[in-house]
Amino acid sequence: MTELLIDRPIGTWVPVCSYAELIPERGVCVLVSGRQIAIFRDFGGRLYAVGNLDPFSGAHVLSRGIVGTRGSEPTVASPMHKQVFSLVTGVCLDDPAVSVPTYPVRVREGRVEVSA
Amino acid sequence: MRVVVAGYGPSAHRLIETLVTRGFDGEIVVVGEEPRPAYDRVHLTSYLTEGADLGYPVPPGVTTLLGARVTGIDRDGKAVVTDDGRREPYDVLVLATGSAPFVPPVPGAERAFVYRTIEDLEAIRKAAESARHGVVVGGGLLGLEAADALRGLGLSTAIVEIAPWLMPRQVDEGGGAVLKGHIEALGLGVHTGVMLERVEDGRVVLKDGGEIPAEVVVFSAGIRPRDELARAAGLEVGERGGIVVDAGMRTSDPSIYAIGECALAGGMVYGLVGPCNTQAEVAADRIMGGESSFGGADMSTKLKLLGVEVAQFGAMGGALDVTYMDPVGGVYKRLFISDDAQTLLGGICVGDATPYTNLKGFVGKPLPAAPADLLFTGSGVQLDLPDDAQVCSCNNVCAGEIREAIAVQGLTDVGGIKSCTRAGTTCGSCVPMLKQLLVKSGVEVSKALCEHFDQSRAELFDIVRVRGITTFSQLIAEHGRGRGCDICKPAVASILASLHNQHVLDGELAALQDTNDHFLANIQKNGTYSVVPRIPGGEITPDKLIVIGEVARDFGLYTKITGGQRIDLFGARVEQLPQIWKRLVDAGFESGHAYGKALRTVKSCVGSTWCRYGVQDSVGLAIALELRYRGLRSPHKLKAAVSGCARECAEARSKDFGIIATEQGWNLYVCGNGGFKPRHADLLVSDVPTDELIKIIDRFLMFYIRTADRLQRTAAWLESLEGGLDYLRQVVVEDSLGICADLEAQMERHVATYFDEWRAVLEDPDKLRRFTSFVNAPGVPDPSIVFETERDQIKPVLVPLEVVRK
Ligand code: SRM
Ligand SMILES: Cc1cc2nc3c(=O)[nH]c(=O)nc-3n(C[C@H](O)[C@H](O)[C@H](O)COP(=O)(O)OP(=O)(O)OC[C@H]3O[C@@H](n4cnc5c(N)ncnc54)[C@H](O)[C@@H]3O)c2cc1C
Ligand code: SF4
Ligand code: FES
Repeated sequence: MTELLIDRPIGTWVPVCSYAELIPERGVCVLVSGRQIAIFRDFGGRLYAVGNLDPFSGAHVLSRGIVGTRGSEPTVASPMHKQVFSLVTGVCLDDPAVSVPTYPVRVREGRVEVSA
Repeated sequence: MRVVVAGYGPSAHRLIETLVTRGFDGEIVVVGEEPRPAYDRVHLTSYLTEGADLGYPVPPGVTTLLGARVTGIDRDGKAVVTDDGRREPYDVLVLATGSAPFVPPVPGAERAFVYRTIEDLEAIRKAAESARHGVVVGGGLLGLEAADALRGLGLSTAIVEIAPWLMPRQVDEGGGAVLKGHIEALGLGVHTGVMLERVEDGRVVLKDGGEIPAEVVVFSAGIRPRDELARAAGLEVGERGGIVVDAGMRTSDPSIYAIGECALAGGMVYGLVGPCNTQAEVAADRIMGGESSFGGADMSTKLKLLGVEVAQFGAMGGALDVTYMDPVGGVYKRLFISDDAQTLLGGICVGDATPYTNLKGFVGKPLPAAPADLLFTGSGVQLDLPDDAQVCSCNNVCAGEIREAIAVQGLTDVGGIKSCTRAGTTCGSCVPMLKQLLVKSGVEVSKALCEHFDQSRAELFDIVRVRGITTFSQLIAEHGRGRGCDICKPAVASILASLHNQHVLDGELAALQDTNDHFLANIQKNGTYSVVPRIPGGEITPDKLIVIGEVARDFGLYTKITGGQRIDLFGARVEQLPQIWKRLVDAGFESGHAYGKALRTVKSCVGSTWCRYGVQDSVGLAIALELRYRGLRSPHKLKAAVSGCARECAEARSKDFGIIATEQGWNLYVCGNGGFKPRHADLLVSDVPTDELIKIIDRFLMFYIRTADRLQRTAAWLESLEGGLDYLRQVVVEDSLGICADLEAQMERHVATYFDEWRAVLEDPDKLRRFTSFVNAPGVPDPSIVFETERDQIKPVLVPLEVVRK
């Protein structure tokens, strides 16, 4: 367990969970190098990874928000006060001056990997 | 050209914003004494109550010097100097220094606070932490607002006003008396017609010898224009203060303007944002070579203070007047009319501001109907505002402009009007008028649930019911677009749950649930959750009580008795929820659905079993009803109560359905609630026996679930139901639509298929797996969750947070 908390060089891919474990249109949270990252699987099966910290409430909860779309943009709404963020860019669509970090994410042999 | 602005409040903001949007090509420098750019002072109190972010964005290209005070004007050298030693040359100087609260020169005044800036509020908040009593000196608009804020900080609060009644500038004696009734009913002390003698440690002393305990004293006894810079620079100032300006907002020095609350325009200092904004726009226009002028402004006000509507428009007197007064309902309305009884001059409203909304635009114009009809709401008088009637006084927008914007831009909602015309964007009191104008312009106010569905919730309910749809994917593919959002997904989840009563985490349903339903617990501000086991009717055995205590102790949870006669355990991390619920379920507890838009509690009083006055077994009925309707998901939460006699100890009339025992049976009251807008429930049927009662409640609930809007409680639903209570009675008692059997059958299905959601989670490893903080580190607790101790229990330590903006 603790090995996941050790710092690793930026840019390496870290396996975090199995793809099949992810429920379509819901998120999970993973801990990588001490960072909380929210990973979402959309209806079409694509993956997105953004910071788990909700910048409006200060709580680490974005992985628990409702996934949906605004126009053609895939989104997640903060479960705390419902600000909506783009899963692609991390920008808050209700207040574009605010954004959350995004992270590269991919599937390798059925495992989800993020780079942070 | 170099424009320097002294003072950075709302007026300065409106000035620079107007200059920038109109393409001013010179340099703009703003010097402000406060440590932050201008912010919305009108909503200052919401900073305390909601932590609202009030800041206005700094327009691009403007240089701001914050935390810097202008200390002198060198008129010959055309420069201002600041306390941090700068010298800022100007071609045009604008004084926007606003005003300062007046502090009466009484002994001990230095102990008191004022209520004007964010720093003032911070100081008051801090002082209130160790205080129990507060006094506000001054019973005007701002004084009452400050009193509400102190009350909100938990202080027992009194108001001291020198005039014989409250809000003397907006209401007359009759209105003041009604207002006083409202304020006192809220538990605030009101002392009028009395002067303050001195402020002492822990109390204030009045001239009449009275004393009021107060560790926190706030002065709100009027404002004084900050004209000290102008005075020192030899600019003309008024006898009672204020920098004298002409209609172009220019002072006696042609290269210096003054705007906002520091300016004396046409012999008046205006203390409302509306006129201040207009002045700022006039000055901006003049600076850019324009010709516009400020010709005075409407001082009408409408506000909602402590839940009471108070409004004043036009003149406060006239040859004739018509008054409507209802001391019981707390309503006072008075219209002033010219001596020929033809022209409306003004009006005063307390407790009901509809005349303001309907009639403000008619000031100075012929009366649109008989005065008595105008004062009775619901008299059906239809008014069409003249085009030149001012609708939004904050932003000086007339009815005609709004109608034109609606027609030309094809606007369909208030949001559209706000962004096109600016009306409604400041104090918000004109928003009801904007809605009326929309409706009158023949706009179908959209009932679409959100961008994904054009239908209303009730329409979607029918589609799902009639077509037998069981998944969100099918519904959105066939009747909507996109993949949904935080509005339509929970609404559809609720519809599917009301109709099919599956587990909320089954299959695709899991993706529709808001976080509370998804974790079957209520999210708290630090990302932890609370646990509320059901305690039907509030009745609990000592053994069960002990189990709750043991669980709370073993998991270190904050424990509190709720307002719903049960116990809430706070501070659980997601991975702890199943362990906690395992213990509770083993001891015979079930989910209390505190997290769901569902039946919450059926409160009870002790009733005839123990109470010497009770005429029926209220506890027995409450438990039976709570067990019958538990797990029932609905457009909004449902609360109920049963009282054993007319003394009404269970507060049944503040519930969605409330039952009060009679000698002959039960009286059923429906559509009440507490909360944001309290409403007493209305009597639907009286003296009915228990089986009849339950039938009617079944029908009532199902009819509500079928037809209400998303997040519309029964009270608001009844108010929007055409035909109101009578219609409701026809449908659910007299069966006028012939649907009662269907409604009852639907409820029977719900009752028959009920199961405990939490037990089902514990029995299903697939659902249990979701309760982890980190899927790649299931044993690691979320390190961002930290607690401290307060009164021997835990309390969240919040991460200090500045929203990062680029
Ligand atoms: C725990 C409790 C306060 C307490 O410690 O007493 C409470 C706590 C919350 N209330 Fe309440 N309300 C509680 C009794 C009440 C009552 C009193 C009552 O039920 O008798 C009222 C007024 C009566 C009413 O509802 O008509 C009440 C009116 C509200 C409202 C305003 C509803 C309205 O129609 O205006 C909200 C906001 C909402 O639901 O949208 C609210 C919302 C909330 C939420 C869910 C806010 C939130 O989303 O975080 C709070 C979280 C509860 C939690 O985390 O467990 N709570 N709330 C009470 C739980 C009762 C229970 O056992 O289930
Ligand atoms: C609690 C509260 C509620 C209110 N509610 C309403 C309402 O509902 N409706 C309504 O119409 N109005 C309301 N008002 C009044 C409204 O806020 C004022 O009309 C408005 O703020 C006036 O703006 P201003 O920019 O002219 O002055 P101010 O807001 O006073 O701004 C002047 C600024 O200049 C700064 N300053 C002064 N001298 C100097 C100097 N020498 N150098 C540098 N900086 C200086 C001050 O620090 C201040 O920041 C309310 C006011 C308060 C306090
Ligand atoms: S409502 Fe009546 S029966 Fe119930 S506790 Fe109060 S007095 Fe007793
Ligand atoms: S009147 Fe204040 S926003 Fe319109």
